[in-house]
Amino acid sequence: MSETIEKLLTAKDFETDQDVRWCPGCGDYSILKQVQKVVPELGIKRENIVFVSGIGCSSRFPYYMETFGMHSIHGRATTIASGLKAARPELSVWIVTGDGDALSIGGNHLIHILRKNFNVNILLFNNQIYGLTKGQYSPSSEEGKITKSSPLGSIDHPFNPVALCLGADATFVARTMDRDPNHLRDVLKRANEHKGTSMVEIYQNCNVFNDGAFFIYTDKETKPAETLFLEQGKPLIFGAGKNKGIKLDGFKPVVVDLNENTSANELWIHDETDRVKAGLLSRFFDNPKKENHLPRPFGIFYTENRYCHEEAMAEQVKSAIAKSGEGDLNKLLKGGNTWTIS
Amino acid sequence: MSTKTEIAKDITILFAGDSGDGIQLAGTQFTNTTALFGNDLSTFPNFPAEIRAPQGTLAGVSGFQLRFSSNDIYTPGDAFDVLVVMNAAALKANIKQLKTGGIIIANTDGFDPKNLSLAKYPADINPLKDNSLEKYKVYEIDVTKLTKECLKESGLGIKEIERTKNMFVLGFILWMFNRSLDNSIKYIEDKFKKNPQVMDANIKTLKAGYHFGDTSETFTTRFQVEKAKLETGEYRNIMGNQAVAIGLIAAAKKSRLNLFFGSYPITPASDILHDLSRNQHFGVKTFQAEDEIAAVGSAIGASFGGALGVTASSGPGVALKGEAIGLALMLELPLVIINIQRGGPSTGLPTKTEQSDLLQALYGRNGEAPVAVIAANTPSDCFNTIFEACRIAVEHMTPVFFLSDGYIANGSEPWKFPTAENLPSIKAVFAQPRNENDEKFMPYKRDEKLVRKWAIPGTKGLEHRVGGIEKEDVSGNISYDPDNHEHMVKTRAKKIENIADYIPLQKIDNGKEKGKLLIVGWGSTYGSIKAAVKEAIEEGYDVSHVHIKYLNPLPKNLGEILYSFEKIIVPEMNNGQLVKVLRDKYLVPATGFNKIKGIPFSAAEIKNKIVEILK
Repeated sequence: MSETIEKLLTAKDFETDQDVRWCPGCGDYSILKQVQKVVPELGIKRENIVFVSGIGCSSRFPYYMETFGMHSIHGRATTIASGLKAARPELSVWIVTGDGDALSIGGNHLIHILRKNFNVNILLFNNQIYGLTKGQYSPSSEEGKITKSSPLGSIDHPFNPVALCLGADATFVARTMDRDPNHLRDVLKRANEHKGTSMVEIYQNCNVFNDGAFFIYTDKETKPAETLFLEQGKPLIFGAGKNKGIKLDGFKPVVVDLNENTSANELWIHDETDRVKAGLLSRFFDNPKKENHLPRPFGIFYTENRYCHEEAMAEQVKSAIAKSGEGDLNKLLKGGNTWTIS
Repeated sequence: MSTKTEIAKDITILFAGDSGDGIQLAGTQFTNTTALFGNDLSTFPNFPAEIRAPQGTLAGVSGFQLRFSSNDIYTPGDAFDVLVVMNAAALKANIKQLKTGGIIIANTDGFDPKNLSLAKYPADINPLKDNSLEKYKVYEIDVTKLTKECLKESGLGIKEIERTKNMFVLGFILWMFNRSLDNSIKYIEDKFKKNPQVMDANIKTLKAGYHFGDTSETFTTRFQVEKAKLETGEYRNIMGNQAVAIGLIAAAKKSRLNLFFGSYPITPASDILHDLSRNQHFGVKTFQAEDEIAAVGSAIGASFGGALGVTASSGPGVALKGEAIGLALMLELPLVIINIQRGGPSTGLPTKTEQSDLLQALYGRNGEAPVAVIAANTPSDCFNTIFEACRIAVEHMTPVFFLSDGYIANGSEPWKFPTAENLPSIKAVFAQPRNENDEKFMPYKRDEKLVRKWAIPGTKGLEHRVGGIEKEDVSGNISYDPDNHEHMVKTRAKKIENIADYIPLQKIDNGKEKGKLLIVGWGSTYGSIKAAVKEAIEEGYDVSHVHIKYLNPLPKNLGEILYSFEKIIVPEMNNGQLVKVLRDKYLVPATGFNKIKGIPFSAAEIKNKIVEILK
């Protein structure tokens, strides 16, 4: 991706002539804007970028990006992106998906792309609701949620997307939110830098069917106490005035007040390469209404270097050619044993 | 002792035994030697669905049928001349198909009380001992004992020794048909080159079987089947699925595209995945996906990227791919979908053959979703047909179904293979890079065939979006406009119809251009119909044969042919599918002749039908 760009591109160069058709006030607008801002900074030629989506509100995304794009079918963007990346490893491939698309109908493909580790970026817009079909509970909706299809409250236990992806041996797992543009951009850049499948969960507000689902994490009033921003090599500190920290008592995370008696040095230091700690962090998933709950982490939970599927695939082709020579079609047509009728 | 050699024109032999007896291997080896000798031949392996069904039972019987001849042949034979049985179950399952006067070679060890009981023979009944096989020539050989005797000093364990039984049988059959051991010895040497002890044991048993024919005084007749007078040229033996794999690689070469094959294992299609995976030095990328949907999705992704995207499956898997095939059709990208049909519906009969997915290929998607459909007739014809499928997909930017079935996928025949130079080239038309001042790129602008250009990522100035939502013609933007939708549905249909201008006209395979009776077939029934019609014509019946390869669009002159006959019969291994299409499209009084038993038509069945109608 280090080719020189003939002309410096700006966010404007990534806008299309299509009217954006999300509901006014949708969190998707903010994500689109940040993606359009970040992409020109990545040093990738515009024609080498492809956005692939499935079905759902978020999956309209490719229409609004002046790159190559495919708005595919429900849950399958991951499969299409896999084939594309296998055939064309040099392309920068981005998958845009939602909680229904990725975690429900496309759940199988999600875990497999993470395991196979194609070098693509997945942006999972999580709004904890089915928006396009007008308001049914999704696989990330909380228990008891009242929706059109669950008038007495949902009896489904929700997925914890970060824990699910870690369980599938993802090599990059992060969480961010639509209402924190700076954080969103930082995470997107890190996702792009990562070689392998980068999984970015983005909390996104659906102001029509699930308004305020994440306000507790995005609202100025509550954000400091309810969110925990992960920074590599830094202690886990949160709260208004940075007055609280997380300490590990064995494997149990404990919230401590930071005062003269407790210094930051005793706190849990974030290490995004530590799989065990990432697993613990992913379980900071309490219902914020519960007493003594842990804050919700944002940032990069985990990252590791593992070979990418498309690289290994190309490598095998190369080694097969090195071993047997470039395939000779006449030899293949002829096979092992022939006879002649004269 | 003197043995006489009898000249035979045409022999059908069935090797049958437990699925663990190595019957398929013995059959394949005999086939290869027969092919090298220069006979025309046709094979039909038949195995149970279970990898290791309970030993000795009827469910566990595996068979390998081979017909070889000094004449042209079209089927693996209706009835056997020789039946080789490794146990009682194998005899019981296959005796019905042995010709009167036919030869039974029975491994007596497989007829002990335990095996007889497993084969469900009544207590104290042994068919080898009770004269029930009087109509046949029965040769009893204690293969197990002779093999053990031969290898007693080999140092191998009893299990390993017993495993070479099939080589004894192979050796004996090679003797019986006056064939050389060389090719089989070469095969064993290759296969066991890392294990000289096992290699020696197999060769020794093979030779023992051969010499047993010579020295045992039981066998007084050997058979000689002379070379067939096939068209001159160089031949090899080929199986249908093998031909598909080679055809895909050839099509990729001749179109200068990279081949991407996304597949999920399923019987009877998996061998294509295996064959392609062995040929990565041709630049082939194979992807074993997590499921059928991911397999087709990955092929569409690769196609979007400019590769030749191919997926393969069988009926149940194809059902899962339906939605994605609809997407490829909306995207107007090349995609080849291979369906190696098997008995259905649902899981059906996985290891048995059927032609019951024609309507699925033609209509099995939501919305108005026409795609091209093409079917192979014989094992070697799979090569030309898959090559054609790739050509149509690339040159017409459309999904194409390639239909084969378990019968020809696993069957084999001699193939006068082409050279790379003689294969036609396939022309992919890519949209060219654009500059900033050029007019805006229109992804759905079409040529005179109504085909759009392939605009692949990485091409400057072609940034555009495609998707499954209805598009506006030319621009490709989303459109809910009523007139546009109707126009696009009609355009996509016309685009497929236009392919008819780029395929050969329908030929009459055999018989006159007009007359009393026309037999219309498609796919793997070719051999049986060919043989039956040939015989009927020789006997003076007014019958002709048409075999349709291009099932959508149909050849432009097909109607004309159909209207020239008083009666039309459509034999199919299904409950009547092509017959529906013909009646619908041409309003002809075609009637079906159907067999839905998981096994192919015999030539005799079709011949009898012809006689019944014309007598």
